[in-house]
Amino acid sequence: MNFDDLIQGFPDLTTTGLAQGSIYALVALGYTLVYGVLRLINFAHSEVFMYGTFAALWTWGLMGYDSNSARPDLGTALLLIVVSLVVASLFSGGVAMVVEAVAYRPLRKRNAPPLVFLISAIGASFVLAELMGAFTERRQQGIPGLLPTEPLFSAGGWTVYPLQLMTFVVALAVMFGLDWFVSKTRFGRGIRAVAQDADTAALMGVNKGRVIGLVFLLGGLLAGVAAVFYSMKQGNTRFNVGFLIGLKAFSAAVLGGIGNLRGALVGGLLLGLVEAYGAALFGSNWTNVIAFVVLLVLLMFRPTGLLGESLGRARA
Amino acid sequence: MTTETVKKQRWKLNLRDRFQDLPLPARITAMAVFVVLLYLLPTKAFYENLGFPIPMGSGYLPFYTTGSDMAGVLFQCGYYILLALGLNVVLGYAGLLDLGFFGFFAVGAYTVALLTSPESKLITEYNWFESPWPWLVTVPIAIALAMLSGVLLGWPTLRLRGDYLAIVTLGFAEIIRIVAKNQDWILNGDRGIPSVGHPPGTYSNGEAIFELDFAPYYWLVLTVIIVVIFLIRNLANSRVGRAWVAIREDEDAAELMGVPTFKFKLWAFAIGAAIGGLSGSLWAGQANFVNSATFSLENSILVLAAVLLGGAGSIGGAILGGFLVIYLPEWLRSVGDVFGWPTQVTVGGIHIDVSPTSLRFVIFGALLIVVMIYRPQGLWPNRRRAAELKDRQKEVAPVE
Repeated sequence: MNFDDLIQGFPDLTTTGLAQGSIYALVALGYTLVYGVLRLINFAHSEVFMYGTFAALWTWGLMGYDSNSARPDLGTALLLIVVSLVVASLFSGGVAMVVEAVAYRPLRKRNAPPLVFLISAIGASFVLAELMGAFTERRQQGIPGLLPTEPLFSAGGWTVYPLQLMTFVVALAVMFGLDWFVSKTRFGRGIRAVAQDADTAALMGVNKGRVIGLVFLLGGLLAGVAAVFYSMKQGNTRFNVGFLIGLKAFSAAVLGGIGNLRGALVGGLLLGLVEAYGAALFGSNWTNVIAFVVLLVLLMFRPTGLLGESLGRARA
Repeated sequence: MTTETVKKQRWKLNLRDRFQDLPLPARITAMAVFVVLLYLLPTKAFYENLGFPIPMGSGYLPFYTTGSDMAGVLFQCGYYILLALGLNVVLGYAGLLDLGFFGFFAVGAYTVALLTSPESKLITEYNWFESPWPWLVTVPIAIALAMLSGVLLGWPTLRLRGDYLAIVTLGFAEIIRIVAKNQDWILNGDRGIPSVGHPPGTYSNGEAIFELDFAPYYWLVLTVIIVVIFLIRNLANSRVGRAWVAIREDEDAAELMGVPTFKFKLWAFAIGAAIGGLSGSLWAGQANFVNSATFSLENSILVLAAVLLGGAGSIGGAILGGFLVIYLPEWLRSVGDVFGWPTQVTVGGIHIDVSPTSLRFVIFGALLIVVMIYRPQGLWPNRRRAAELKDRQKEVAPVE
């Protein structure tokens, strides 16, 4: 137990935690959206995220930046990030929709029980991860450094780096966008209707198949955004990076109440903070244990997560 | 045409009935022959002749894994089959989704390692006892501790349902792994525990039976599997088994009918955990060296895939599934030469390794998807579950 580190580093730990938590939250939203609508743990979502990191890497590679390039100036960096955000989200979204069409839709048509979906998802996850593994020779690949590494500002022991601020701001913006989309638009109403009662929604004229496709697409888009920031933070990527992030993000979704969009945000940020504080307190080796212990304890007292399950009930 | 398909289907359905209809002595003889064949399996002269000719490539499709030691693969299949049997109790009978089943395997393996290794810290630092214990004595302790950890995990968490239970058990397995990886006081972190004890026994010339050769370990695990099958079968056909089925099909209804659901769920957890611990102790007896790297979450997921691939709730299914998840990727490693499969293709200047070794999990994953689409009840289903699934398929609303 190292309380000194915790107290002295508290502001910094908070920023680190929030930045990491934003990434978790973005991925967690993918789990929560699918779970809210289909009551299905989309095990392959972690691989959707992983494909996003490679899409970002390849985009930068095509634009002439690899891990050995010099850091570009700020304008170029922003351009690179914006382009990679677009490409990675579209790529991840596409992969998510392919997974849905290949691994889930045939099962839905046969009204298979949830466990069968789970195994199919595990199969899809193996296929995606190992295909990328074969394609990249299972090697770790470096990500170019883009944003300046000098602190954005630093005052009284509190430093904020550009990447952290950008991650947090973009993630929040994307999440508010999603919240708006789900609560205000026609498509969002469809999603909520299917989440509440799929068969009744279908009777009311909602195209269930299209809504489900849309949900996977949205989850993939968000995972792509998360992937760009994750790779910039991590500095490298590999065909198996999805697993741990997926696990954490799923935990975050459960923490906040799976199926609940705001729950995913709260859960993700909370998990990021808990990990950052816990790492300072007990040493960084124990980060994952702390995250899971907090989750277990919380589930014992609030079995449906902090905010409860409620994609269907989220009213405009 | 239609009558033909009907006939074919009826024949398929009757395969199991036909076997059941045989007179008892015939059935026992058939099973005995099968078991003897299983014991013969790691013998080189026997497995090398298993296979069949095919009209392509090298012309002969061998059954054995030419790329790796057959007895070793069989032993690995053996402890995965045990794990699958254990998870089958939890998931197939009681319907509890446990994603961290490998945690109990870890508990069993570490117990054996700590008690039988002369370099265990219990001896070198804490002086709990003078010399390492024999392997055989530690197995019941490993089973008991795994069972205890099952109860300890189940007690607070079995009140959760479905997917929440899944994430909690997942967390449990991950916590065990990270604790094993990080702490230095007992389990020695990543460096692990070396010189773990082997099962006892020597040949007549004084050489130990359980050394480097995998075949004796396979025979041991096969024997254990047969014993476990009998225990589980009896359990499943008893009052306890009926309670599990009731809980799986409708927990609330079971509770209303007077089944103490919590108690039986806890029992399912404990029994499943005990079998997992047993599997871990068998593995540790062979492995010689135990560290945290073995207990990654992927293994838990592989066991889960084994149970559902074979058919949840069915002992035969668990065995088939446990065998396939290990054997198939290993076998795929070696079939490339047979079909004349290319090992590398070049797309736009990038060389991609497409050898079966590299793609074996892609093939395995695709197979999982295909089986789940066309045979969701599993390859060797439990009858009741298969019937439940058929009903569900009929209920599907044609809304898309």
